[in-house]
Amino acid sequence: MLLIYCPHCLEHREEEEFSYGGEAHIARPLNPEALSDEQWADYLFFRKNPRGIHHEMWYHAIGCRRYFNATRNTVTYEILETYKVGTQPQITGADV
Amino acid sequence: MRQLNRLPTAGRTDQNKVLNFTFNGKGYQGVAGDTLASALLANGVDVVGRSFKYARPRGIFGHGPEEPNAIIQLGSGAATIPNLKATQVELYEGLEAASVNGWPSVNFDLMGLIGAFGRLMPPGFYYKTFMYPKKLWMTYEHFIRKAAGLGSSPTERDPNSYEKLNQHCDVLVVGAGPAGLVAAREAARTGARVIIADEQSEFGGSLLASTQLIDGVPATQWVAEITNELGEFKNVQRLPRSTVFGYYDHNFLAILERVTDHLGISSASGPRQCMHRVRAAQVVLATGAFERPLVFAHNDIPGVMLASSVSTYVNRFGVAPGSRLVVATTNDNAYQTAIDWHHAGRSVVSVVDSRTGPSGDLVEQVRALGIQILEGHGLIEAVGGKRVRKALVAPINPEGSKVTGPVKSLACDLIASSGGWSAAIHLSSHTGAKPVWDETIVSFRPGESKQKERSAGACRGTFGSLEGLREGASAGAEAAKLAGFGSGEVQFPTPVIDQIIEQPQQALFLVPHNKATSRAPSQFVDFQLDVSAAGIELAVREGFESVEHVKRYTALGFGTDQGKLGNINGMAILANALGQGIAETGTTIFRPSYTPTTFGAIAGRDINELFDPERYTAMHRWHVENGAEFENVGQWKRPWYFPESNETMQQAVDREGLAIRNGVGILDATTLGKIDIQGPDAAEFITRMYTNSYLKLAPGKCRYGVMLKEDGMIFDDGVCACLSENHYLMFTTTGGAAGVLSWLELWQQTEWPELKVYFTSVTDHWATATVTGPNARKVIAKVCQDIDLASESFGFMDWRDGTVAGVTARVFRISFTGELSYEVNVPAHYGRHVWEQLIEAGAEFNITPYGTETMHVLRAEKGFIIVGQDTDGSMTPADMNMNWVVGKNKAFSFIGKRSLERSDSIRENRKQLVGLKTLEPSAVLPEGAQIVDDPNQPIPMAMQGHVTSSYYSASLDHSIALAVVKGGLNRMGDIVYCPAADGSSIAAEIVSSVFYDPAGERQHV
Repeated sequence: MLLIYCPHCLEHREEEEFSYGGEAHIARPLNPEALSDEQWADYLFFRKNPRGIHHEMWYHAIGCRRYFNATRNTVTYEILETYKVGTQPQITGADV
Repeated sequence: MRQLNRLPTAGRTDQNKVLNFTFNGKGYQGVAGDTLASALLANGVDVVGRSFKYARPRGIFGHGPEEPNAIIQLGSGAATIPNLKATQVELYEGLEAASVNGWPSVNFDLMGLIGAFGRLMPPGFYYKTFMYPKKLWMTYEHFIRKAAGLGSSPTERDPNSYEKLNQHCDVLVVGAGPAGLVAAREAARTGARVIIADEQSEFGGSLLASTQLIDGVPATQWVAEITNELGEFKNVQRLPRSTVFGYYDHNFLAILERVTDHLGISSASGPRQCMHRVRAAQVVLATGAFERPLVFAHNDIPGVMLASSVSTYVNRFGVAPGSRLVVATTNDNAYQTAIDWHHAGRSVVSVVDSRTGPSGDLVEQVRALGIQILEGHGLIEAVGGKRVRKALVAPINPEGSKVTGPVKSLACDLIASSGGWSAAIHLSSHTGAKPVWDETIVSFRPGESKQKERSAGACRGTFGSLEGLREGASAGAEAAKLAGFGSGEVQFPTPVIDQIIEQPQQALFLVPHNKATSRAPSQFVDFQLDVSAAGIELAVREGFESVEHVKRYTALGFGTDQGKLGNINGMAILANALGQGIAETGTTIFRPSYTPTTFGAIAGRDINELFDPERYTAMHRWHVENGAEFENVGQWKRPWYFPESNETMQQAVDREGLAIRNGVGILDATTLGKIDIQGPDAAEFITRMYTNSYLKLAPGKCRYGVMLKEDGMIFDDGVCACLSENHYLMFTTTGGAAGVLSWLELWQQTEWPELKVYFTSVTDHWATATVTGPNARKVIAKVCQDIDLASESFGFMDWRDGTVAGVTARVFRISFTGELSYEVNVPAHYGRHVWEQLIEAGAEFNITPYGTETMHVLRAEKGFIIVGQDTDGSMTPADMNMNWVVGKNKAFSFIGKRSLERSDSIRENRKQLVGLKTLEPSAVLPEGAQIVDDPNQPIPMAMQGHVTSSYYSASLDHSIALAVVKGGLNRMGDIVYCPAADGSSIAAEIVSSVFYDPAGERQHV
């Protein structure tokens, strides 16, 4: 069970309080109608599945009810950082 | 009763406290401090079970969690516990135990006959024999299970209680042997919060059976002193009888504390067990090591034991399980067993050492005692039936691969074997650390640490006492420092302990026999699952190479002991058969649980009414008092129907439905999700989430909307009301409320943080009574004077503030029945009051309370969908024939809009919502029934769709159903069929999904 630092509550809380939100930093296309089916499907369905560093959304559902992002190592499950939506990670794939 | 094998020396037991117990129905006596195993050995009980496959008699082999044979069922009735190891069960007065294997008795086992045919049951026997015909597998399995006899579960409720405890600590020390004790002391001194847990009844680990002196006092006295010292620290929690059984992510560890197990099977005082869920900043693993038995022919006969187990029974329990001992060894360590046995006053026949020229300190002590040492020899076979009678020994070559001389026979009744030690790397392995084979210690070591843990002492492969103590102290100080306490320097002086000079051990696992392995009597590797050396070699000959495949094919390590004794020997034999080293052959990954864990402890108190919360509306008591039957909707308890006198459900639903269509009914609609939405961008936000637009929705108005996921599929629906400028109330489905709120928050927070809009769940703040039917206005008029109820001023899809039954209320003219309806919302605490006032006001119109079933029937008559029943996550609004709800010209591309144009969303022949009218009016289609065009076509039939909702409609005096049918909207009037499992089928006509009042006039009056 993971121990997750909520960047809004500013403390570590148990995984039970959170739910997983999938890959982070996927911007919704500004003009969906201008996209081909293929481009739209890419936004809609296709996600990274890296071995190693992954930037992902978490939701402090039984807490502050805020979404935030985490950088997690998918091999060790280590959470290397958490940061607010709209900001960029300090740790990227190249760092590990 | 005399205990044949009880020594005058008590060890750690109290021989003055005699305890009575029964085993397999026969009465025995033991003493306080015994385990069931030591008490059975004291009484000379040789056979404690039968083996899994060949039903060979088996005796006690070990003294701890490694025990593969003495698997017992404790007690009987509701509190009975299967599959305990006798070596871990503390004796108490009145204990009842029985072998889990062996019928009709362990001494006369019919299944034992199979043993004579052992060669007919090679590895993979079950796969090879029982696979075909497939339909008989269930029959085979029944007999296999019966023969295997792995204990029986209680059939009644467990009367015991269990607790869970969430804990945090700075340093968790696992194991209270020498390394763990000093580690805990070093960490405790720094002020760190320390938990030290050990699976045994008292701290000390291997020292409890040691004859060594530490700091000039006997080891057990040193243990008592340091244990007391730890008790004086306020920051230390000592947990004996506590097994750390799992090491999970982010230093989360689970400990099973057996709180009252040792007092009896159903203790009146306190919980039976407690599960500690511990989040530790740092962990010290000091879990020790398991002695590894040698693999030789018939090494499973009762009377063959681990050397350290023999010493433990003698020194710790004052029990000598035999009289004439032969020690078989590859190392110096086992010589201690010969010394202990000699000092117990029993006879050591010989020490059989595979090495030539052994000369360590212990070897010299044995020589000085005049005990015979057969060096360069192997103990190649044990001889006996239900007890060892003799040992066959022979000279072997230095590589230990073949017999080089004549076989001699040694008369004996006990064989102690030692092939060295295997570090207990289990918990380290749970973290994902990959164990590393170390030739010099002939053991795996813990791999590179994946979490905030370090191993110390024997579990790190450091088998010497002094080095283990040093490592333990350093590990404790280091862990404390990394948790933020102390300098990391060891503060206490290293305990003084005699250094014993040992010679290197030999890496020998399978002792050669004068016959080839395939022809020699069985040489057992895994006792619990009857895996032999010949079986592993056969697996290799049959082409298995990967250790993972061989394990599964032979079942090596798959017993409840997780192969604690057999895995390393098995891998070594496999490596040899493959002609490679152990390191290349791979390793074995241990997973939680370290030892079997009770389900009760995992469940704790989260059972019965505490398993999941139940939610009640403010009117719930009224429903109970008025005889409602209830239905679970999410966590809510909702009235399902209100039967009168002896009514069946169908009769009640018919009556309720007709009352609403012809008069007036009342429904508790409190559970509908309600989200209060405020902010200057509220209308814009809501418009982006729903398929239709809310930008021009005026205060006092309501609108029905459908919410899609981004893939274009319907996800929720409901009415949204404009309360005032920048203030809206969104209704969701009862089950979808929490999901919708999270969905809104997701988009606002991650995609459009610039939109100023705020969400509050107000589901529980309001109680809702729906008054519906032609007489609804007359009922409301009696309890509400400040709202103009005339249709011209308060029309369909309007809402008004007002006072109902003296309570401030919001009244919504929205309808799920198709009739004139008023949904009266009042603050939740007034719910029952207002409900009763409405019932009273409606009495003269025979107002009829109704439940969810009638609600479902009436909405189906109107063709109103229920999301999640008529939709399944693959339905677009067009599929539901609801294009009217999609605002195609909205400025913003609402969630899901683009997906409605995807090639798959617009393809022909998608399943579409239609009505079905059975040709036989009283035949009600089963919900979920498949729809076909021709019921006589061969199976598999071509499926055209399925029934989503189906009821008998009293108002229409006809069965009705909603269904999704491929291209259904273009198939009006077609006849389709719903085949049943019995070969019959029901014919139905495809019709409009709106059965009742197709023009929708009744809700507008």
